[in-house]
Amino acid sequence: MGKVGIIGVGQTSFVRQYPGSIRELVFDGFKEAMADAGISSGEIDATVICSAPEYDKQRSPAGVLSEYLGLNPQPTFYVETLCSSSSTGLKLAYSLVASGLHDVVLVSGFQIMSQLTSEESQERMARGADIQWESPFGTMMPAYYALHAQSHMASYGTSPEDLALIRVKASTYGQMNEKAVYRKAVTPEMFSDPENKMAQPVSSPLRTGDCCANADGSSCVIVASEEKARALGRKPVWIKGVGAASAPVNMAGRKDLSHLSVGREAARQAYAMAGISASDVDVAEVHDCFTIAEMMAYEDLGFADPGKGRDLIRSGQTYKDGKIPVNVDGGLLSKGHPIGATGGSQIRTIVLQLRGEAGAMQVDNPNIGLVHNIGGVGLYGNVTILGLD
Amino acid sequence: MGKKELDTRFARFGTVSFAGVTQVNDFVDYLEDGRLMGTKCNHCGLYFFPPRAHCCQCLSGSPEWFEVTGEGRLVTYSTLHYAPAGFQADLPYTIGLVDYGQYKVFGRLSPSLGEDALHVGMAMKAKADKTAAGQVTYVFEAA
Ligand SMILES: [Zn+2]
Repeated sequence: MGKVGIIGVGQTSFVRQYPGSIRELVFDGFKEAMADAGISSGEIDATVICSAPEYDKQRSPAGVLSEYLGLNPQPTFYVETLCSSSSTGLKLAYSLVASGLHDVVLVSGFQIMSQLTSEESQERMARGADIQWESPFGTMMPAYYALHAQSHMASYGTSPEDLALIRVKASTYGQMNEKAVYRKAVTPEMFSDPENKMAQPVSSPLRTGDCCANADGSSCVIVASEEKARALGRKPVWIKGVGAASAPVNMAGRKDLSHLSVGREAARQAYAMAGISASDVDVAEVHDCFTIAEMMAYEDLGFADPGKGRDLIRSGQTYKDGKIPVNVDGGLLSKGHPIGATGGSQIRTIVLQLRGEAGAMQVDNPNIGLVHNIGGVGLYGNVTILGLD
Repeated sequence: MGKKELDTRFARFGTVSFAGVTQVNDFVDYLEDGRLMGTKCNHCGLYFFPPRAHCCQCLSGSPEWFEVTGEGRLVTYSTLHYAPAGFQADLPYTIGLVDYGQYKVFGRLSPSLGEDALHVGMAMKAKADKTAAGQVTYVFEAA
C-alpha cells in the first residue's frame, strides 16, 4: 500500500452571519484548496461532503454541493460525526485512496449555524447526545463538558484559573489568525471580574470564556495517492496515522468523566499506525470546543500524565515556543466552531505548519503534526498524524 | 380496518420529551407509581440504566425490570445558567450523575439542594417526581 498525501488545503474565514447559502460557503473554501493544490476539477475523482444535519433545511447536501462545485458525475459521499465530521471525512478519503479505488479525493466540511438562535443551536447540538434519556432534563453541550470539568477538578485539583489560561493562550493566536471569528485579547483578569462577559456562568464550573463561539464556515482538504501527489507538483504532507473511536452516548455509560475515552483510543491507534509516540509530535491541533476539552486532550494524547495537564498550560509549554505547541492558530475557542468545517480547518493548520507556511503562528521547523477532533461529547474521536516524510 | 394505536407513553417523560415510542415504555408507568426502574439481563445479569429492551452483552437474554433503590455517590454535577430552547423556564437547574456501583443514573438534582451543598462523592438517592407541567421525572436528593 502506497502512502496517501494531502496536496491542497483551504478554508473560509469563520464568521457570524455568512452572507450566502451553503453552496456559496462551500465554494469559497473549495476554491482556496484548489488554488493551493494547483489542480483543475478534472483531477478530482470523488468528493466527501461533511456536516452535521438540521442546521439548514437542505437534506442530503452531498449531491447539491458536488454539483455546485462542478464535480459531476464523480461519486460523492456524505459523512456525519457531529463536530468531527470532516476528520471522519478525511479518514474515508484516506481509505478510498489507500484501497486504490480513487486517486484524488476532495473532502469538504461546512456549517451555517448563525441562521438559528443560540438557544435553537444548543438544542440541535444537544440532540447529538442521548435524546431519549438525557435531553428531557435540558442538557446542552456546555453542560456536558461542565460535568467533565467538575469531575476533572474533583479528581485532580484542576482549577477554573487553569482553564482560563487555555482561553488566554487561544486568544494570543486568535489575534494573529485572520480567519478567526474572535480576534480580541483575553486576559486572566477578565475571568476574575464578575462584571466581565468572560466570567459569566454558563454551566458551572464553565463560564462564557470557557466556551467557543458558533460560527459559519467551510474547510477543504484534497487527498491524493503517492504517485499522483508526486506527479501533481508541490511537496505533499503525508497522512501517517488515522485513529478513530466511539464511546457510550449516555454519561451513565462512561467509566470516568475526567477524560474522553475516544481521545485516548484514537490516539493509541494513530500513534501505533504512524510508529511514533506522543513525544515525537512537534505541533498539535486539539479539539478545544471548551477549555476543559483542551485540558483533557493534553492528557488523553499523552502530552501530560492524567491530572498533569494543568502543569503544561501553567508553564506555557503549549505555546508556540514550548515543548508541545497546541492550537497555535487560536483553536476553536478563537477561530469559532462551524461544526462540520472544524476538522478540515485543524488539518489545514497542521499542513501549513509542516510546510512552514503558518506565518506569525509558525512553530520552529516541525516534522510531525497531530490533529485531535472530537464529535459530540466524546461520542466520536479522530486522531490524525501528518508528517513530512 | 382502523390504524393500530401507537404506544407513545414515553412522550410523558421529562420537561421536553424527544421520543415517544419505545419498548421500555413501562418505565413511565413505573415512574408514575413512584418507582425508578432499570433493566437487568435475565441471562448474563448485566444491569442497564437507562433501561434497555435488549442485552448487547449476551444477545440472548431478555432484560427484566429492577428498581433503583438505596444510595449512590454523586460522580459529577453542573448548574445551568443558560438553557437550550424549551428549558428556559426551569433555570437555574442542576444536572448530575450518580453511581450505584452496578450502574450509573443521570438526571436532575433537587432544586432544594443549593450548589454550595454539593460535592463530588456525596451520597444521593433518587425519587420519582413530576415537572411543573405534570410530566413524569425523577430527581436526586441528598441521602
Ligand atoms: Zn445478557
